[in-house]
Amino acid sequence: MAVNTMTKLTLGPIAYHWSADARRDFYARIADEAPVDEVYLGEVICSKRAPFHQADLPATIERLERAGKRVILSTLAEVMLKRERKATEDIAEMVSPEMEVNNAAGLYARGKRPHRIGPFMNAYNDATIAWMAGQGATHVCLPAEMPAPAIAAAAQAAVALGLGVEVQVYGRASLAVSARCYHARAHGHTKDNCQFVCEEDPDGMPLRTRDDRPILRVNGIQTLSESYVDLLPEVARLIADGVTHLRLMPQAVDMVAVAQVFRDVLDGRVPTGEADARLATLSGDAGLSNGFYHGTAGYRRIAAAAPA
Amino acid sequence: MSLAELICPAGTPAALRTAVDAGADAVYCGFQDATNARNFPGLNFTPDELAEAVTYAHARGTKVLLALNTYPPAGKVDLWRHAADTGARLGVDAFIVADMGVADYIARMYPGVRLHLSVQAAASSPEAIRYYCENFGVKRVVLPRILTIPEIRQIRREIPCEIETFIFGNHGLMVEGRCSLTNYLTGQSTNMDGVCSPASDVEYVRDADGSMSSQLAGFTIDRFGPEEKAGYPTICKGRYAAPHRPEGYYAFEEPISLNLSRLLPELIEAGVHAFKIEGRQRSKSYVRGVVRAFRAAVDDIKAGREANIADLIALTEGQKQTQGAFETKKWR
Repeated sequence: MAVNTMTKLTLGPIAYHWSADARRDFYARIADEAPVDEVYLGEVICSKRAPFHQADLPATIERLERAGKRVILSTLAEVMLKRERKATEDIAEMVSPEMEVNNAAGLYARGKRPHRIGPFMNAYNDATIAWMAGQGATHVCLPAEMPAPAIAAAAQAAVALGLGVEVQVYGRASLAVSARCYHARAHGHTKDNCQFVCEEDPDGMPLRTRDDRPILRVNGIQTLSESYVDLLPEVARLIADGVTHLRLMPQAVDMVAVAQVFRDVLDGRVPTGEADARLATLSGDAGLSNGFYHGTAGYRRIAAAAPA
Repeated sequence: MSLAELICPAGTPAALRTAVDAGADAVYCGFQDATNARNFPGLNFTPDELAEAVTYAHARGTKVLLALNTYPPAGKVDLWRHAADTGARLGVDAFIVADMGVADYIARMYPGVRLHLSVQAAASSPEAIRYYCENFGVKRVVLPRILTIPEIRQIRREIPCEIETFIFGNHGLMVEGRCSLTNYLTGQSTNMDGVCSPASDVEYVRDADGSMSSQLAGFTIDRFGPEEKAGYPTICKGRYAAPHRPEGYYAFEEPISLNLSRLLPELIEAGVHAFKIEGRQRSKSYVRGVVRAFRAAVDDIKAGREANIADLIALTEGQKQTQGAFETKKWR
């Protein structure tokens, strides 16, 4: 039996500096083959990267919409420089596609016109979500580090206000952003003279501890989890708790196949255990984790409880 | 010229009295729970202690700012509301907040009390700051430590509220209020629990070759040779290996302290209203030394005299110092 056919599967914005060619190919496949309902586009991490793929944006939007996907434009998580303020304001002025706001500067620019709240907005609780809803928010993506009871309480409040509620269920978790570019730093450059070395690492630059244990990933100014979040075993509970949208973050793996695995579980075609084994294979060397959801260290993998 | 207020850390009642006596214009403190970003064992105030502290400070013309600057997870919002109710009842001079729900609550319930926007809100543009000013009546923003002085000067022209900047102490690398590194390794959240690289998860492990590993929740954050002094395992100040840096390097930043004493005149000229000294986890003697030295320096500058900053430099002697992003954007 289907878990829930109303639940929307979404594809988050690409966090990394993928080349324009790689992005074109990626979104062409997503449009043609991926069973996702909604796709977030736009540069969220580094304003210096935007010129590389900005020109393709209208065609990508058109292509995805033609394929029946709803498109949302995400804004920068960090807004400090003139070009970052401008980029945020430009999206805020658009009537369509929808806007996902990732910085309070975006809230200011958007005013009371409808918008979505992105995962960098720290919508941790019912009071904040109620405030945001009163200012025009129609949808909220919760922070990746929230544990199950808080997700349930936040979702309940959001649904009561008529908002969509989104949780990241796949891919590296964003753990921090900084003004400093750590990719540039690793190569002996500064942010202003970065030479776009981040393009070398389509799935982030791995950091290992000095006793050789993988720990974190660097993506420009962003630090990500080493492990991929995997909440596939928790999907049924997320939906029961009121979550309406499940977000897959693009990684350098077969994202069409990843989306298919989640769709198969949502449609009740494949048992969760079998699907999760497939997801592990698709995720290659990346470890899978669900610690945040279970209220423990984020990198941990907590086994699913045996079905009652 | 700006007011150049000195905002000083008060991790305990004793530290609060020390800071007041040493010349603080205001002290900032928090309750003994998750409602503030220094929720460390042995620190902070009970409501009774805060009541005494407010009396002590106000009798000497010093303001008390209450930090309610974490993000309540859904289901626990009441803890933050009760903290705000208690603070208002005890007569604190301002609340330092980050969460919009908390800000909205205080703005509605206690419109007479000043709201300061915490660094944890990460408001780093005029638009973001104006959002909080226009919606919650925020009177002062504590700027993230990621801006240069020319950028601060520009922001000052475009916002309707006062500016507070950090000038001294621990130098966090990540944008505050947007960091889950500690939760990723330990299961305790900086945003929701007020915890950063908690001491309860720290271990120093002597390796067979005599070197020392400093670990957090079992992860080696750094390793030190037999002759090196082992540092505290703060995740963003550890040494790691990367493909281009197989030898291990400070991937984010060296363990380093922020010291902007040399930039004080410029910061005052740029229109910064208040200077914040980090260190609620620090000892009384540290607080006394730092507050006294900055009090003298600020008074000298306001009186048009050359400030003697030798004492401030001496306070961090033997430690690495930085002016961070404030001096040059090359830091980024």
